[in-house]
Amino acid sequence: MTRVLIVDDHRLFRSGVRAELGDSIEVVGEAEDVESAVKAIAEQQPDVVLLDVHMPGGGGQEVLRRVLGSGSQVRFLALSVSDAAEDVIGVIRGGARGYVTKNISGKELTDAIRRVAEGDAVFSPRLAGFVLDAFASSEAPSIDPELDSLTQREREVLRLIARGYAYKEIAKELFISVKTVETHVSSVLRKLQLSNRHELSRWATARRLV
Amino acid sequence: MADQKTLAEPTGDAPYRRMMRPMEGRLIGGVAQGLATQLSLDPVVIRLMFMLLSVVDGIGTVAYAVLWMITPRQPYEGPAPQRDWSQLAAFSAIGMALLAFGWITGASQGGLGMLPFAVGGIGALILWQQADPERRKNWVSGTSKSIRKNRVRTLLGVLLVVGGAIGFLVVQDEFAQARPGLLFTVVVVGGLAVIATPWLAGLWKELQLERRERIRQEERAEVAAMVHDSVLHTLTLIQRVAHDPREVTRLARSQERELRNWLYQPAQDADATLAAAVRRIAAEEEDAHGVPIEVVCVGDVDLDSGGRLAAMLKAARQAMVNAAKYSESPSISVYAEVEGEEATIFVKDRGKGFDLEAVPLDRMGIRQSIVGRMERHGGTARVRTELGEGTEVMLTMKVERA
Repeated sequence: MTRVLIVDDHRLFRSGVRAELGDSIEVVGEAEDVESAVKAIAEQQPDVVLLDVHMPGGGGQEVLRRVLGSGSQVRFLALSVSDAAEDVIGVIRGGARGYVTKNISGKELTDAIRRVAEGDAVFSPRLAGFVLDAFASSEAPSIDPELDSLTQREREVLRLIARGYAYKEIAKELFISVKTVETHVSSVLRKLQLSNRHELSRWATARRLV
Repeated sequence: MADQKTLAEPTGDAPYRRMMRPMEGRLIGGVAQGLATQLSLDPVVIRLMFMLLSVVDGIGTVAYAVLWMITPRQPYEGPAPQRDWSQLAAFSAIGMALLAFGWITGASQGGLGMLPFAVGGIGALILWQQADPERRKNWVSGTSKSIRKNRVRTLLGVLLVVGGAIGFLVVQDEFAQARPGLLFTVVVVGGLAVIATPWLAGLWKELQLERRERIRQEERAEVAAMVHDSVLHTLTLIQRVAHDPREVTRLARSQERELRNWLYQPAQDADATLAAAVRRIAAEEEDAHGVPIEVVCVGDVDLDSGGRLAAMLKAARQAMVNAAKYSESPSISVYAEVEGEEATIFVKDRGKGFDLEAVPLDRMGIRQSIVGRMERHGGTARVRTELGEGTEVMLTMKVERA
């Protein structure tokens, strides 16, 4: 049973998500702003926090900063109506382990939560596209080549995600196991979070695309 | 200095209104206020006008008295409100100073000589007042408040003005010595400056505030127009077709797309670059067939003049149409990528798929519109499909970078 906390300022949306989540998930609480979210996370210690990006009081990034800054190991899955590059890259770099948009189906969301709970990363096609785009320009000298570029295999995996392939389909396509696909995605997530590539943030702000 | 209650009063719907003297906010008899309301001017302007005219041969005083007599008092419930003595004092001080100045320079004796100045001053006041009544109203309401808050400063100013005026009267005897007269002129001007400085500063602040407010209002109007023209309209449509979930989804998607474009997308020419064109085509086909099409673009390139990318876009559109019409897939993924010298577009569905070999030769969709078109323009098209596994069309075209 995965214990989940829903953080979103829209009550309707919280109850919608609650109703849609599968039986394997237990919703242990809800929060509607940064303050109550930080408090509820400390009290409940959920496995996964479903985190809205735009909220009063600093938004999801503020929750991430305060909770992860205090050394907590809680895992976050960002959930938002916005898929603007700024928001997506922002929360991922803030420490979320995945990003999905709110029009995701209940089944897909359940899957994504399970994946995040297991310590893997969840990339939507759009996020994969952003990452490919952000890591594409190779003009700027990189400080840490290992962190600042994607391997050929990671690129292939991301491209397939962007094309709309599920992890299982990617595994079949590349003749690797689903676990290996997950490893590649997690590795990309780590690079995305740790890379010093200053273009990453600049790129995200410059590119206010949906 | 002005009392805003009169300005805030509705100017009335009647074409003609009798002039009245309000009790509230009057300084002497309420004549200036009544006149101000009637002329849609600021009472301060009228008061200064009366004052200037009084200095010149006392015309102002006479006019005031006559108007006081012939203008009826506005009915007022309850006990008569207090006069604003501090304001009255300020006005009298200025008036006395001007009067003294007139005596000393001899302008009031040779009344005609002073008249042009008085008329010019009044004209300037009225022009300034009329410049933009709406704006002026904001300025004055803000500054009058700030002056009332700052009574000490006002008092100091009034003291200086009065001191200056008394000084004038004192040196009147030694008129030949112009120097002390000049000195007291400086004192009067100083007094006026002390009174006016916070007012001018407030004026400037109000102007900035007002400018910001106007920008905000324009933005708000734009948002309101957007919400009204599209969102409300779509919500109405959705209620009317509530029985048809497909149509409801289509409307909602289309509205969502429109809002997103408006919120995030810079005004982009949909025919200038590949990514923009792919997004536009996907939007159009999504609208036409009611199947959600998710578009992801990586990299971008300007559309070429040779029409090769245009051909690729036509093929991509055909692939989307096929997927939307025949695959029965709940959604379609489109991925467009420009990397190096190559542009690639993938159109993928999770529908029922088909047997490529079994497609009759005369079916135009795939063979001609997709594969044939791409090959004619020097590109390639690959179709991967399997029964029950969905279909993916992959289009590749060389691009020339400028």
